[in-house]
Amino acid sequence: MNRKELRLSGFGGQGIVLAGLIVGKAASIFDGKNATFTQAYGPEARGGSCSAQLVITDEAAAYPYISNPSVVVAMSQEAYTKYAAPMGEEVQVIIDEDLVKPNKAQESRVLKVPATGIAKELGRSAVANIVMLGFLTAVSKITSVDAMKKAVLDSVPKGTEELNTNAFNRGYECGKERIKDMGAKK
Amino acid sequence: MSRDGQLVGEFFMNGDVASAEGAICAGCRFFAGYPITPATEVAERMAERLPEVGGTFIQMEDEIASMAAILGGSWGGVKSMTSTSGPGFSLMMENLGLGAMTETPCVVVNIQRAGPSTGLPTLTQQGDMMQARWGSHGLYGTIAIAPSSPQEMFELTITAFNLSEKYRTPVLIMSDESVGHMSEKVVIPPMEQIEIFPRRKPTVPVDEYLPFKADADLVPPMGNAGEGYRFHVTGLTHDERGYPDMTAEAQDKLVRRLLDKIELNKDDIIILEEDGIDGAEVVVCSYGISARVALLAVKAAREEGIKVGILRLVTVWPFPDQKIKEIAKKIRAFVVPELNAGQVVLEVERCAGGAAETILVPHMGGAVHDPDVILEAIRKGSK
Repeated sequence: MNRKELRLSGFGGQGIVLAGLIVGKAASIFDGKNATFTQAYGPEARGGSCSAQLVITDEAAAYPYISNPSVVVAMSQEAYTKYAAPMGEEVQVIIDEDLVKPNKAQESRVLKVPATGIAKELGRSAVANIVMLGFLTAVSKITSVDAMKKAVLDSVPKGTEELNTNAFNRGYECGKERIKDMGAKK
Repeated sequence: MSRDGQLVGEFFMNGDVASAEGAICAGCRFFAGYPITPATEVAERMAERLPEVGGTFIQMEDEIASMAAILGGSWGGVKSMTSTSGPGFSLMMENLGLGAMTETPCVVVNIQRAGPSTGLPTLTQQGDMMQARWGSHGLYGTIAIAPSSPQEMFELTITAFNLSEKYRTPVLIMSDESVGHMSEKVVIPPMEQIEIFPRRKPTVPVDEYLPFKADADLVPPMGNAGEGYRFHVTGLTHDERGYPDMTAEAQDKLVRRLLDKIELNKDDIIILEEDGIDGAEVVVCSYGISARVALLAVKAAREEGIKVGILRLVTVWPFPDQKIKEIAKKIRAFVVPELNAGQVVLEVERCAGGAAETILVPHMGGAVHDPDVILEAIRKGSK
Protein backbone atom coordinates (compact mmCIF):
# COMPACT_ATOMS: atom_id res chain seq x y z
CA MET A 1 0.00 0.00 0.00
CA ASN A 2 1.30 3.37 -1.00
CA ARG A 3 0.76 5.82 1.84
CA LYS A 4 2.29 9.26 2.24
CA GLU A 5 1.86 11.46 5.27
CA LEU A 6 2.58 15.18 5.28
CA ARG A 7 2.46 17.85 7.93
CA LEU A 8 2.37 21.56 7.13
CA SER A 9 2.91 23.81 10.12
CA GLY A 10 3.37 27.46 10.96
CA PHE A 11 1.41 30.09 12.82
CA GLY A 12 -2.23 31.12 12.37
CA GLY A 13 -2.70 33.53 9.48
CA GLN A 14 0.05 32.20 7.22
CA GLY A 15 -2.34 30.20 5.12
CA ILE A 16 -1.18 26.84 6.39
CA VAL A 17 -4.70 25.43 6.29
CA LEU A 18 -5.27 26.73 2.77
CA ALA A 19 -1.96 25.21 1.68
CA GLY A 20 -3.07 21.88 3.17
CA LEU A 21 -6.40 22.02 1.38
CA ILE A 22 -4.59 22.78 -1.88
CA VAL A 23 -2.34 19.71 -1.44
CA GLY A 24 -5.41 17.60 -0.68
CA LYS A 25 -7.25 18.90 -3.71
CA ALA A 26 -4.19 18.35 -5.92
CA ALA A 27 -3.79 14.76 -4.77
CA SER A 28 -7.45 13.72 -4.74
CA ILE A 29 -9.12 15.73 -7.48
CA PHE A 30 -6.28 16.25 -9.96
CA ASP A 31 -4.00 13.25 -9.30
CA GLY A 32 -6.89 10.84 -8.73
CA LYS A 33 -5.66 9.49 -5.38
CA ASN A 34 -7.35 9.51 -2.00
CA ALA A 35 -6.38 12.34 0.31
CA THR A 36 -7.56 13.11 3.82
CA PHE A 37 -6.96 16.54 5.30
CA THR A 38 -7.25 17.18 9.02
CA GLN A 39 -6.18 20.17 11.05
CA ALA A 40 -5.34 20.86 14.62
CA TYR A 41 -8.50 22.79 15.33
CA GLY A 42 -8.73 24.87 18.45
CA PRO A 43 -8.22 28.23 20.11
CA GLU A 44 -4.52 27.82 19.35
CA ALA A 45 -5.35 28.29 15.67
CA ARG A 46 -5.28 32.08 16.17
CA GLY A 47 -1.67 33.26 16.25
CA GLY A 48 -0.30 30.15 17.93
CA SER A 49 1.21 27.21 16.15
CA CYS A 50 -1.01 25.80 13.46
CA SER A 51 -0.77 22.45 11.74
CA ALA A 52 -2.42 20.79 8.76
CA GLN A 53 -2.07 17.05 8.21
CA LEU A 54 -2.50 15.09 5.02
CA VAL A 55 -2.69 11.41 4.29
CA ILE A 56 -2.39 10.51 0.61
CA THR A 57 -3.09 6.90 -0.34
CA ASP A 58 -4.29 4.64 -3.13
CA GLU A 59 -7.00 3.12 -0.93
CA ALA A 60 -10.30 4.70 0.04
CA ALA A 61 -11.34 5.37 3.66
CA ALA A 62 -7.85 4.84 5.02
CA TYR A 63 -6.83 5.63 8.60
CA PRO A 64 -7.25 9.41 8.44
CA TYR A 65 -4.53 10.61 10.79
CA ILE A 66 -0.77 10.82 10.43
CA SER A 67 1.61 8.83 12.59
CA ASN A 68 4.82 8.65 10.55
CA PRO A 69 5.04 11.70 8.32
CA SER A 70 7.42 11.46 5.39
CA VAL A 71 7.53 15.26 4.99
CA VAL A 72 7.23 18.00 7.62
CA VAL A 73 7.06 21.65 6.58
CA ALA A 74 7.68 24.32 9.25
CA MET A 75 6.99 28.00 8.64
CA SER A 76 7.52 29.25 12.21
CA GLN A 77 10.09 28.59 14.92
CA GLU A 78 7.47 27.33 17.34
CA ALA A 79 6.06 24.93 14.75
CA TYR A 80 9.57 23.78 13.88
CA THR A 81 10.38 23.01 17.51
CA LYS A 82 7.09 21.24 18.05
CA TYR A 83 6.71 19.27 14.84
CA ALA A 84 9.95 19.16 12.83
CA ALA A 85 12.79 19.07 15.37
CA PRO A 86 11.81 15.69 16.87
CA MET A 87 11.78 14.01 13.43
CA GLY A 88 14.38 11.40 12.54
CA GLU A 89 16.55 11.23 9.44
CA GLU A 90 14.00 9.40 7.36
CA VAL A 91 11.73 12.44 7.47
CA GLN A 92 12.19 15.24 4.96
CA VAL A 93 12.14 18.54 6.88
CA ILE A 94 11.42 21.73 4.96
CA ILE A 95 11.65 25.19 6.54
CA ASP A 96 11.04 28.80 5.62
CA GLU A 97 14.59 29.96 6.30
CA ASP A 98 13.44 33.55 6.86
CA LEU A 99 11.42 32.46 9.89
CA VAL A 100 13.05 29.29 11.20
CA LYS A 101 16.52 28.56 12.50
CA PRO A 102 17.02 24.80 12.54
CA ASN A 103 18.79 23.05 15.40
CA LYS A 104 22.38 21.86 14.97
CA ALA A 105 21.47 18.20 14.63
CA GLN A 106 19.23 18.84 11.65
CA GLU A 107 20.94 21.85 10.10
CA SER A 108 22.91 19.98 7.44
CA ARG A 109 19.96 18.06 6.05
CA VAL A 110 17.07 20.49 6.39
CA LEU A 111 15.70 21.82 3.09
CA LYS A 112 15.56 25.61 3.21
CA VAL A 113 13.54 28.03 1.13
CA PRO A 114 13.25 31.80 1.73
CA ALA A 115 9.50 31.59 1.17
CA THR A 116 8.60 34.78 3.01
CA GLY A 117 11.48 36.69 1.36
CA ILE A 118 10.41 35.59 -2.12
CA ALA A 119 6.78 36.45 -1.35
CA LYS A 120 7.85 39.95 -0.26
CA GLU A 121 9.81 40.37 -3.48
CA LEU A 122 6.65 39.53 -5.36
CA GLY A 123 4.91 42.27 -3.40
CA ARG A 124 2.70 40.19 -1.06
CA SER A 125 4.03 38.30 1.94
CA ALA A 126 0.66 36.50 2.01
CA VAL A 127 1.77 34.24 -0.86
CA ALA A 128 4.63 32.70 1.16
CA ASN A 129 2.46 29.58 1.56
CA ILE A 130 2.19 29.23 -2.22
CA VAL A 131 5.96 29.71 -2.62
CA MET A 132 6.31 26.92 -0.09
CA LEU A 133 3.94 24.68 -2.06
CA GLY A 134 6.05 25.23 -5.20
CA PHE A 135 9.17 24.25 -3.27
CA LEU A 136 7.44 21.27 -1.67
CA THR A 137 6.26 20.01 -5.06
CA ALA A 138 9.79 20.19 -6.46
CA VAL A 139 11.54 18.44 -3.59
CA SER A 140 8.99 15.93 -2.31
CA LYS A 141 6.98 14.53 -5.26
CA ILE A 142 3.99 14.46 -2.92
CA THR A 143 1.78 15.32 -5.91
CA SER A 144 2.41 15.95 -9.59
CA VAL A 145 3.40 19.47 -10.62
CA ASP A 146 0.38 19.83 -12.89
CA ALA A 147 -2.03 18.76 -10.18
CA MET A 148 -0.57 21.18 -7.65
CA LYS A 149 -0.64 24.08 -10.12
CA LYS A 150 -4.26 23.37 -10.99
CA ALA A 151 -5.19 23.09 -7.32
CA VAL A 152 -3.50 26.43 -6.54
CA LEU A 153 -5.39 28.20 -9.33
CA ASP A 154 -8.62 26.50 -8.26
CA SER A 155 -8.25 27.69 -4.67
CA VAL A 156 -6.93 31.27 -4.67
CA PRO A 157 -9.14 34.36 -4.94
CA LYS A 158 -10.04 35.60 -8.42
CA GLY A 159 -7.68 38.28 -9.67
CA THR A 160 -4.68 36.83 -7.82
CA GLU A 161 -3.97 34.00 -10.26
CA GLU A 162 -0.89 35.61 -11.80
CA LEU A 163 0.63 36.52 -8.45
CA ASN A 164 0.05 33.02 -7.12
CA THR A 165 1.38 31.36 -10.26
CA ASN A 166 4.54 33.45 -9.97
CA ALA A 167 4.83 32.53 -6.30
CA PHE A 168 4.43 28.86 -7.08
CA ASN A 169 6.96 28.96 -9.92
CA ARG A 170 9.55 30.81 -7.83
CA GLY A 171 9.24 28.24 -5.07
CA TYR A 172 9.36 25.39 -7.57
CA GLU A 173 12.54 26.72 -9.24
CA CYS A 174 14.13 27.19 -5.85
CA GLY A 175 13.30 23.57 -5.04
CA LYS A 176 14.78 22.31 -8.31
CA GLU A 177 18.03 24.18 -7.58
CA ARG A 178 18.15 22.77 -4.07
CA ILE A 179 17.91 19.25 -5.44
CA LYS A 180 20.68 19.99 -7.93
CA ASP A 181 22.93 21.36 -5.14
CA MET A 182 22.29 18.26 -3.07
CA GLY A 183 23.19 16.04 -6.02
CA ALA A 184 26.41 18.00 -6.52
CA LYS A 185 27.36 17.63 -2.84
CA LYS A 186 26.97 13.89 -3.04
CA MET B 1 -22.78 24.12 -11.00
CA SER B 2 -25.92 23.03 -12.84
CA ARG B 3 -28.75 25.39 -13.78
CA ASP B 4 -30.80 24.57 -10.72
CA GLY B 5 -27.92 25.48 -8.41
CA GLN B 6 -26.82 21.93 -7.63
CA LEU B 7 -23.07 21.36 -7.51
CA VAL B 8 -21.98 18.51 -9.78
CA GLY B 9 -18.52 17.01 -9.92
CA GLU B 10 -15.64 16.22 -7.59
CA PHE B 11 -14.89 18.51 -4.69
CA PHE B 12 -12.43 18.55 -1.82
CA MET B 13 -14.62 19.45 1.12
CA ASN B 14 -15.12 18.72 4.78
CA GLY B 15 -17.88 16.59 6.24
CA ASP B 16 -19.92 19.55 7.48
CA VAL B 17 -19.96 21.16 4.06
CA ALA B 18 -20.67 17.83 2.37
CA SER B 19 -23.69 17.35 4.63
CA ALA B 20 -25.01 20.78 3.61
CA GLU B 21 -24.56 19.90 -0.08
CA GLY B 22 -26.36 16.60 0.51
CA ALA B 23 -29.25 18.54 2.02
CA ILE B 24 -29.39 20.85 -1.02
CA CYS B 25 -29.51 17.81 -3.34
CA ALA B 26 -32.20 16.18 -1.19
CA GLY B 27 -34.35 19.25 -1.75
CA CYS B 28 -33.87 20.94 1.61
CA ARG B 29 -34.87 24.58 1.19
CA PHE B 30 -35.15 25.72 4.80
CA PHE B 31 -32.49 25.75 7.46
CA ALA B 32 -32.84 27.26 10.91
CA GLY B 33 -29.92 26.99 13.28
CA TYR B 34 -27.61 28.53 15.78
CA PRO B 35 -23.86 28.34 15.16
CA ILE B 36 -21.86 26.04 17.40
CA THR B 37 -18.46 24.42 16.98
CA PRO B 38 -17.91 21.95 15.34
CA ALA B 39 -21.20 22.16 13.41
CA THR B 40 -20.90 25.80 12.36
CA GLU B 41 -19.68 24.98 8.86
CA VAL B 42 -22.97 23.22 8.11
CA ALA B 43 -24.91 26.40 8.91
CA GLU B 44 -22.33 28.59 7.19
CA ARG B 45 -22.61 26.59 3.98
CA MET B 46 -26.41 26.57 4.11
CA ALA B 47 -26.44 30.34 4.66
CA GLU B 48 -24.37 30.72 1.51
CA ARG B 49 -26.11 28.11 -0.62
CA LEU B 50 -29.81 28.30 0.22
CA PRO B 51 -30.34 31.77 -1.29
CA GLU B 52 -28.74 30.45 -4.52
CA VAL B 53 -31.35 27.72 -4.83
CA GLY B 54 -34.38 29.70 -3.73
CA GLY B 55 -34.31 28.52 -0.13
CA THR B 56 -34.33 30.32 3.21
CA PHE B 57 -31.75 30.37 5.99
CA ILE B 58 -32.53 31.75 9.42
CA GLN B 59 -30.15 32.14 12.30
CA MET B 60 -32.40 31.65 15.31
CA GLU B 61 -31.91 32.93 18.85
CA ASP B 62 -31.01 29.47 20.15
CA GLU B 63 -31.32 25.76 19.46
CA ILE B 64 -34.77 25.43 21.05
CA ALA B 65 -36.12 27.89 18.53
CA SER B 66 -34.09 26.34 15.70
CA MET B 67 -35.71 22.96 16.23
CA ALA B 68 -39.15 24.56 16.48
CA ALA B 69 -38.57 26.52 13.28
CA ILE B 70 -37.70 23.49 11.18
CA LEU B 71 -40.85 21.70 12.36
CA GLY B 72 -42.84 24.72 11.18
CA GLY B 73 -40.91 24.82 7.91
CA SER B 74 -41.70 21.19 7.28
CA TRP B 75 -45.42 21.68 7.98
CA GLY B 76 -45.30 24.52 5.49
CA GLY B 77 -44.26 21.96 2.88
CA VAL B 78 -40.53 22.67 2.72
CA LYS B 79 -37.87 20.09 3.52
CA SER B 80 -36.07 21.44 6.57
CA MET B 81 -32.86 20.87 8.50
CA THR B 82 -30.84 22.13 11.42
CA SER B 83 -27.37 21.32 12.68
CA THR B 84 -25.82 21.49 16.10
CA SER B 85 -23.48 19.94 18.63
CA GLY B 86 -23.07 19.31 22.36
CA PRO B 87 -25.20 21.69 24.43
CA GLY B 88 -27.23 22.63 21.35
CA PHE B 89 -28.33 19.02 20.88
CA SER B 90 -29.49 18.94 24.49
CA LEU B 91 -31.57 22.05 23.92
CA MET B 92 -33.23 20.50 20.88
CA MET B 93 -34.50 17.48 22.78
CA GLU B 94 -37.92 18.81 23.77
CA ASN B 95 -38.88 19.90 20.27
CA LEU B 96 -37.35 16.77 18.78
CA GLY B 97 -40.04 14.94 20.75
CA LEU B 98 -42.64 17.33 19.32
CA GLY B 99 -41.37 16.37 15.87
CA ALA B 100 -41.73 12.68 16.70
CA MET B 101 -45.24 13.17 18.15
CA THR B 102 -46.45 15.32 15.25
CA GLU B 103 -44.71 13.03 12.72
CA THR B 104 -42.84 15.87 11.11
CA PRO B 105 -40.18 15.01 8.52
CA CYS B 106 -36.95 16.91 9.17
CA VAL B 107 -33.24 16.28 9.57
CA VAL B 108 -31.05 17.17 12.56
CA VAL B 109 -27.29 17.01 12.02
CA ASN B 110 -25.33 16.52 15.23
CA ILE B 111 -21.57 16.93 14.82
CA GLN B 112 -20.75 15.41 18.19
CA ARG B 113 -18.11 17.04 20.39
CA ALA B 114 -16.81 16.04 23.77
CA GLY B 115 -19.14 16.66 26.71
CA PRO B 116 -20.72 16.82 29.22
CA SER B 117 -21.62 20.50 29.19
CA THR B 118 -19.25 22.75 27.24
CA GLY B 119 -16.63 19.98 27.39
CA LEU B 120 -14.12 20.14 24.58
CA PRO B 121 -15.86 22.29 21.96
CA THR B 122 -13.33 21.64 19.20
CA LEU B 123 -12.68 17.96 19.84
CA THR B 124 -14.42 14.73 19.05
CA GLN B 125 -16.62 12.29 20.98
CA GLN B 126 -19.52 9.91 20.30
CA GLY B 127 -21.15 10.68 23.60
CA ASP B 128 -24.68 11.45 22.39
CA MET B 129 -25.63 8.07 20.96
CA MET B 130 -28.04 7.16 23.76
CA GLN B 131 -29.31 10.74 23.91
CA ALA B 132 -30.17 10.34 20.24
CA ARG B 133 -32.29 7.32 21.12
CA TRP B 134 -33.81 8.43 24.40
CA GLY B 135 -33.15 12.17 24.73
CA SER B 136 -36.72 13.42 24.55
CA HIS B 137 -39.24 12.26 27.11
CA GLY B 138 -41.81 9.58 26.46
CA LEU B 139 -41.94 6.80 23.90
CA TYR B 140 -40.96 7.20 20.27
CA GLY B 141 -38.86 5.51 17.61
CA THR B 142 -35.60 6.99 16.37
CA ILE B 143 -33.73 6.87 13.10
CA ALA B 144 -30.06 7.82 13.52
CA ILE B 145 -27.30 7.54 10.94
CA ALA B 146 -23.53 7.67 11.57
CA PRO B 147 -21.38 8.63 8.54
CA SER B 148 -17.67 7.77 8.44
CA SER B 149 -16.41 10.12 5.73
CA PRO B 150 -17.26 13.38 3.97
CA GLN B 151 -18.59 11.36 1.01
CA GLU B 152 -20.98 9.61 3.39
CA MET B 153 -21.92 12.91 5.00
CA PHE B 154 -23.15 13.91 1.55
CA GLU B 155 -24.86 10.64 0.65
CA LEU B 156 -26.34 9.82 4.03
CA THR B 157 -27.79 13.30 4.49
CA ILE B 158 -29.82 12.54 1.36
CA THR B 159 -30.73 9.17 2.88
CA ALA B 160 -31.77 10.97 6.07
CA PHE B 161 -34.16 13.22 4.16
CA ASN B 162 -35.57 10.25 2.27
CA LEU B 163 -36.18 8.27 5.45
CA SER B 164 -37.68 11.31 7.19
CA GLU B 165 -40.21 11.74 4.39
CA LYS B 166 -40.91 8.02 4.03
CA TYR B 167 -41.53 7.50 7.74
CA ARG B 168 -42.66 11.02 8.65
CA THR B 169 -40.21 11.42 11.48
CA PRO B 170 -37.17 13.50 12.43
CA VAL B 171 -33.96 11.72 11.33
CA LEU B 172 -30.66 12.31 13.08
CA ILE B 173 -27.26 12.44 11.44
CA MET B 174 -25.04 11.42 14.36
CA SER B 175 -21.67 12.50 13.04
CA ASP B 176 -18.69 13.67 15.05
CA GLU B 177 -16.03 16.38 14.97
CA SER B 178 -13.51 14.04 13.34
CA VAL B 179 -15.69 13.37 10.31
CA GLY B 180 -17.23 16.85 10.25
CA HIS B 181 -13.88 18.60 10.08
CA MET B 182 -12.11 16.07 7.87
CA SER B 183 -11.71 17.08 4.21
CA GLU B 184 -11.71 14.50 1.42
CA LYS B 185 -12.90 14.13 -2.13
CA VAL B 186 -16.67 14.24 -2.39
CA VAL B 187 -18.28 13.13 -5.62
CA ILE B 188 -21.62 14.77 -6.29
CA PRO B 189 -23.56 13.08 -9.11
CA PRO B 190 -26.09 14.89 -11.30
CA MET B 191 -29.61 15.10 -9.86
CA GLU B 192 -31.03 12.47 -12.23
CA GLN B 193 -28.77 9.90 -10.57
CA ILE B 194 -29.89 10.79 -7.05
CA GLU B 195 -32.88 8.98 -5.64
CA ILE B 196 -35.28 11.27 -3.81
CA PHE B 197 -38.27 10.10 -1.79
CA PRO B 198 -40.91 12.80 -2.22
CA ARG B 199 -43.36 13.85 0.46
CA ARG B 200 -46.22 11.37 0.86
CA LYS B 201 -49.15 13.45 -0.33
CA PRO B 202 -52.75 12.54 0.50
CA THR B 203 -54.64 10.79 -2.30
CA VAL B 204 -58.10 11.27 -0.78
CA PRO B 205 -60.37 14.27 -1.47
CA VAL B 206 -59.72 17.29 0.74
CA ASP B 207 -62.83 16.75 2.88
CA GLU B 208 -61.94 13.11 3.58
CA TYR B 209 -58.38 13.74 4.68
CA LEU B 210 -57.36 12.72 8.16
CA PRO B 211 -53.81 13.93 8.90
CA PHE B 212 -52.96 11.07 11.25
CA LYS B 213 -54.71 8.19 9.51
CA ALA B 214 -51.89 5.87 8.54
CA ASP B 215 -51.40 3.83 5.39
CA ALA B 216 -50.72 0.10 5.62
CA ASP B 217 -47.05 0.75 6.48
CA LEU B 218 -48.22 2.75 9.53
CA VAL B 219 -47.22 6.13 8.08
CA PRO B 220 -49.87 8.80 7.37
CA PRO B 221 -49.64 10.88 4.16
CA MET B 222 -48.99 14.55 4.82
CA GLY B 223 -51.00 17.44 3.45
CA ASN B 224 -49.10 20.68 3.60
CA ALA B 225 -50.40 23.99 4.86
CA GLY B 226 -51.95 25.99 2.04
CA GLU B 227 -52.91 22.99 -0.07
CA GLY B 228 -56.50 22.90 1.09
CA TYR B 229 -56.12 20.01 3.52
CA ARG B 230 -57.24 20.75 7.02
CA PHE B 231 -54.95 19.70 9.74
CA HIS B 232 -54.41 20.18 13.42
CA VAL B 233 -51.02 19.65 15.01
CA THR B 234 -50.54 19.13 18.70
CA GLY B 235 -48.01 17.61 21.04
CA LEU B 236 -50.94 16.22 23.00
CA THR B 237 -52.00 12.65 22.38
CA HIS B 238 -54.35 12.89 19.41
CA ASP B 239 -56.72 10.94 17.20
CA GLU B 240 -56.58 10.51 13.44
CA ARG B 241 -57.95 14.01 12.97
CA GLY B 242 -55.10 15.40 15.03
CA TYR B 243 -57.41 16.50 17.83
CA PRO B 244 -56.43 15.86 21.45
CA ASP B 245 -57.80 12.62 22.88
CA MET B 246 -56.76 12.20 26.49
CA THR B 247 -57.38 8.51 26.95
CA ALA B 248 -55.25 5.42 27.52
CA GLU B 249 -56.81 3.92 24.38
CA ALA B 250 -55.81 6.83 22.16
CA GLN B 251 -52.34 6.84 23.74
CA ASP B 252 -51.94 3.13 23.07
CA LYS B 253 -53.07 3.45 19.48
CA LEU B 254 -50.91 6.46 18.65
CA VAL B 255 -47.73 5.70 20.55
CA ARG B 256 -47.73 2.05 19.56
CA ARG B 257 -47.89 3.17 15.95
CA LEU B 258 -45.08 5.75 16.45
CA LEU B 259 -42.88 2.93 17.72
CA ASP B 260 -44.06 0.30 15.25
CA LYS B 261 -43.66 2.41 12.15
CA ILE B 262 -39.91 2.35 12.83
CA GLU B 263 -39.67 -1.10 14.46
CA LEU B 264 -41.69 -2.98 11.85
CA ASN B 265 -39.96 -1.26 8.95
CA LYS B 266 -36.47 -1.93 10.30
CA ASP B 267 -35.43 -4.04 7.35
CA ASP B 268 -36.07 -1.15 5.04
CA ILE B 269 -34.41 1.43 7.27
CA ILE B 270 -31.27 -0.28 8.54
CA ILE B 271 -28.04 0.08 6.57
CA LEU B 272 -25.09 -2.12 7.56
CA GLU B 273 -21.66 -2.69 6.09
CA GLU B 274 -20.20 -6.15 6.56
CA ASP B 275 -16.78 -7.54 5.79
CA GLY B 276 -15.32 -10.96 6.54
CA ILE B 277 -17.96 -12.01 9.07
CA ASP B 278 -18.33 -15.56 7.67
CA GLY B 279 -15.88 -17.75 9.57
CA ALA B 280 -14.76 -14.91 11.86
CA GLU B 281 -13.83 -15.51 15.51
CA VAL B 282 -14.17 -11.84 16.39
CA VAL B 283 -16.38 -9.16 14.88
CA VAL B 284 -15.59 -5.49 15.36
CA CYS B 285 -18.91 -3.67 15.62
CA SER B 286 -18.60 0.08 15.43
CA TYR B 287 -19.83 3.24 13.71
CA GLY B 288 -18.75 6.69 12.57
CA ILE B 289 -15.11 7.65 12.99
CA SER B 290 -14.45 4.74 15.36
CA ALA B 291 -15.36 2.21 12.68
CA ARG B 292 -12.85 3.82 10.39
CA VAL B 293 -10.08 3.93 12.98
CA ALA B 294 -10.79 0.26 13.76
CA LEU B 295 -9.95 -0.70 10.16
CA LEU B 296 -6.26 -0.36 10.95
CA ALA B 297 -6.59 -2.70 13.93
CA VAL B 298 -8.58 -5.21 11.87
CA LYS B 299 -5.91 -5.20 9.19
CA ALA B 300 -3.15 -5.78 11.74
CA ALA B 301 -5.15 -8.56 13.43
CA ARG B 302 -5.71 -10.30 10.10
CA GLU B 303 -1.98 -10.12 9.45
CA GLU B 304 -1.50 -11.96 12.75
CA GLY B 305 -3.82 -14.67 11.48
CA ILE B 306 -6.83 -13.75 13.61
CA LYS B 307 -10.12 -14.24 11.79
CA VAL B 308 -11.83 -10.91 12.34
CA GLY B 309 -14.88 -9.47 10.65
CA ILE B 310 -16.39 -6.01 10.56
CA LEU B 311 -19.97 -4.97 11.17
CA ARG B 312 -20.30 -1.24 10.61
CA LEU B 313 -23.52 0.30 11.83
CA VAL B 314 -24.27 2.92 9.20
CA THR B 315 -27.63 3.34 10.88
CA VAL B 316 -27.26 2.95 14.63
CA TRP B 317 -30.98 3.42 15.41
CA PRO B 318 -33.11 1.44 14.92
CA PHE B 319 -30.68 -1.16 16.21
CA PRO B 320 -30.06 -4.32 14.10
CA ASP B 321 -31.09 -6.82 16.84
CA GLN B 322 -31.52 -9.78 14.52
CA LYS B 323 -28.19 -9.30 12.81
CA ILE B 324 -26.31 -9.18 16.11
CA LYS B 325 -28.20 -12.27 17.37
CA GLU B 326 -27.31 -14.23 14.26
CA ILE B 327 -23.64 -13.26 14.34
CA ALA B 328 -23.35 -13.88 18.10
CA LYS B 329 -24.15 -17.58 17.58
CA LYS B 330 -21.17 -18.00 15.27
CA ILE B 331 -18.36 -16.01 16.89
CA ARG B 332 -16.36 -15.84 20.12
CA ALA B 333 -16.58 -12.12 20.72
CA PHE B 334 -17.72 -8.70 19.60
CA VAL B 335 -15.26 -5.84 19.99
CA VAL B 336 -17.02 -2.49 20.22
CA PRO B 337 -14.85 0.62 20.04
CA GLU B 338 -16.73 3.86 20.63
CA LEU B 339 -15.73 7.32 21.78
CA ASN B 340 -17.68 7.14 25.03
CA ALA B 341 -17.80 5.07 28.19
CA GLY B 342 -20.01 2.39 26.61
CA GLN B 343 -23.35 3.18 24.93
CA VAL B 344 -24.02 1.20 21.75
CA VAL B 345 -22.08 -1.69 23.33
CA LEU B 346 -25.04 -2.15 25.70
CA GLU B 347 -27.26 -2.94 22.73
CA VAL B 348 -24.69 -5.32 21.27
CA GLU B 349 -24.45 -7.09 24.62
CA ARG B 350 -28.25 -7.26 24.98
CA CYS B 351 -28.70 -8.77 21.52
CA ALA B 352 -25.73 -11.13 21.84
CA GLY B 353 -27.48 -12.45 24.94
CA GLY B 354 -24.40 -14.20 26.24
CA ALA B 355 -23.89 -16.23 23.04
CA ALA B 356 -20.73 -14.25 22.40
CA GLU B 357 -18.53 -12.17 24.66
CA THR B 358 -18.82 -8.39 24.27
CA ILE B 359 -15.66 -6.35 24.71
CA LEU B 360 -16.00 -2.58 24.98
CA VAL B 361 -13.10 -0.39 23.89
CA PRO B 362 -14.04 2.91 25.54
CA HIS B 363 -12.51 6.34 25.00
CA MET B 364 -13.58 9.51 26.79
CA GLY B 365 -13.15 11.68 23.67
CA GLY B 366 -10.90 14.56 22.71
CA ALA B 367 -9.13 12.26 20.23
CA VAL B 368 -9.81 8.99 18.44
CA HIS B 369 -8.74 5.52 19.61
CA ASP B 370 -5.19 4.35 19.35
CA PRO B 371 -5.68 1.48 16.87
CA ASP B 372 -3.31 -0.66 18.98
CA VAL B 373 -5.79 -0.59 21.86
CA ILE B 374 -8.49 -1.95 19.54
CA LEU B 375 -6.01 -4.55 18.26
CA GLU B 376 -5.36 -5.67 21.83
CA ALA B 377 -9.11 -6.13 22.38
CA ILE B 378 -9.37 -8.17 19.16
CA ARG B 379 -6.52 -10.41 20.39
CA LYS B 380 -8.27 -10.82 23.73
CA GLY B 381 -11.54 -11.69 22.02
CA SER B 382 -9.94 -14.33 19.82
CA LYS B 383 -8.62 -16.34 22.78
